[in-house]
Amino acid sequence: MSDLVGYVVTGLGIGAGFALVASGLVAIYRVTRVVNFAQGAFAVLAAMFTGTLLTAGLPHGVAELGGVLLGAAAGLIVGVIAIGRPGTSPGTSLIVTLGLGVLAYAIEVLIWGDQPRSYPGVPGVAEVAGARLQAHYLLILAVTGPVFAGLSWFFLRTDLGKALSACASNRYAAQIVGIDVRRMGLIAFGLGGALGGLAGVLTTPVQQVTFDSDVALIVNGFAAAVLGGLTRPVVALAGGLLLGVAQTLVAGYGGGAYQVEVALVLMLTVMIVQSARTPIAVAA
Amino acid sequence: MTDVIEVTGLTVRYAGATALDGVDLRVGAGEMVALVGANGAGKSTLVKALSGLLRPAGGTVVVRGRLAQVPEGREMFGDLTVDDNLRLGGWRNGRHGRDTGPVYELFPELAVLRRRRAGSLSGGQQQMVAIGRALMSRPEVLLIDELSLGLAPMVVAMLVAHLRDLHASRGLAVLLIEQNARLALELCERAYVLESGRIAVHGRSADLARDPRVTAAYLGGHVAAP
Repeated sequence: MSDLVGYVVTGLGIGAGFALVASGLVAIYRVTRVVNFAQGAFAVLAAMFTGTLLTAGLPHGVAELGGVLLGAAAGLIVGVIAIGRPGTSPGTSLIVTLGLGVLAYAIEVLIWGDQPRSYPGVPGVAEVAGARLQAHYLLILAVTGPVFAGLSWFFLRTDLGKALSACASNRYAAQIVGIDVRRMGLIAFGLGGALGGLAGVLTTPVQQVTFDSDVALIVNGFAAAVLGGLTRPVVALAGGLLLGVAQTLVAGYGGGAYQVEVALVLMLTVMIVQSARTPIAVAA
Repeated sequence: MTDVIEVTGLTVRYAGATALDGVDLRVGAGEMVALVGANGAGKSTLVKALSGLLRPAGGTVVVRGRLAQVPEGREMFGDLTVDDNLRLGGWRNGRHGRDTGPVYELFPELAVLRRRRAGSLSGGQQQMVAIGRALMSRPEVLLIDELSLGLAPMVVAMLVAHLRDLHASRGLAVLLIEQNARLALELCERAYVLESGRIAVHGRSADLARDPRVTAAYLGGHVAAP
């Protein structure tokens, strides 16, 4: 029983990272119709940068904030390159983000090398209902919860959030009322970058990060996001948490080697089922 | 009287094909003007040019004051509430220009529906939201693209009554682009007839309603009652 609780809480912590990556994907896709394949790179860049800031002597909190801000900046840069030119189709922008994700590898290896990196998070072991697990997992959950609450407040209650939702709902109408849809797209990319960055910053103390960690993040994040048709943040959150728990359960009771396969199987199943109903409009 | 819309010699080409060819059109302040034409005559192109969404090959488009569009098909933010749709209409005014009160006064029916998803409303209700959303920007001129399309006659009559009120009480100029020529000529003082990208006829609505070229093509051959 305590094993199970441990797996579930650990899984929720890992899943929170997936959910953050997924919500970044959703934030960008809703507004721009671009599937941002550079999403995982934001997490890696933010995590690496946070490590550097901590090594330089900055206190916890400040360093992590620096990482998230770098993620936001990286998101903005990817956005400018991917959708900055008027008339770029979402399909073209997708390929651009894919290319930028690979370019990020080069930058990361150049600056931080190709060895796994980590930094300490919340030290010690926590006990939850008899299960012992790294205390840092609780911090991940404690941060992710309010972040998602804040996000839904932002989209449902603020003018800027509603303008972003308006672009997602009807691009033409948004233009008519005077909303600059390209600027909203860039804001979405910045937000997506910050969310991706937060995922990397939060999970690195319990999962080392290397330059190619983005693959696992993007596969899992995409699987979670695709559950909600890439447009429903709440479903993406649930999907991310579910994936995290499913993977730790598979690793705990089965074999650790099958974690990514869980995401892939889920993603394929969802995509096949969805394509039979409504096609996902990547190139629409 | 200054014109709020002044289109001179407007020519628009799509990949070589000429959509608009030397169009002259003006709408005076507080005037209601109709633009009538069949499908493919170039009405949508003119709407885009007036909204600044395309670059003309020749001629000029001058809009004095704020122009707000009631688009064809109503173009709701379907996932958002009626209230949010209206508030977004005031986007250009900034935070302080988003008081929806006046629109609910004008369309009391919408006040009851303010928390409903705009996508779940009937066509007539959506048209009210579209007009209300356009009014939120406090425009000098309203560009209405197909007021009556797909709506029941009673609903259209109600919308027309509202438009007459708005015109009378606020001196709002209206350019009504409409397939239903009879309706357009009844509602507006002046009208233009667009055919294959050119203005074929223009003048006072009362005169056009008796013009055989107009009655034959757009009014089913019947001369409108004076």
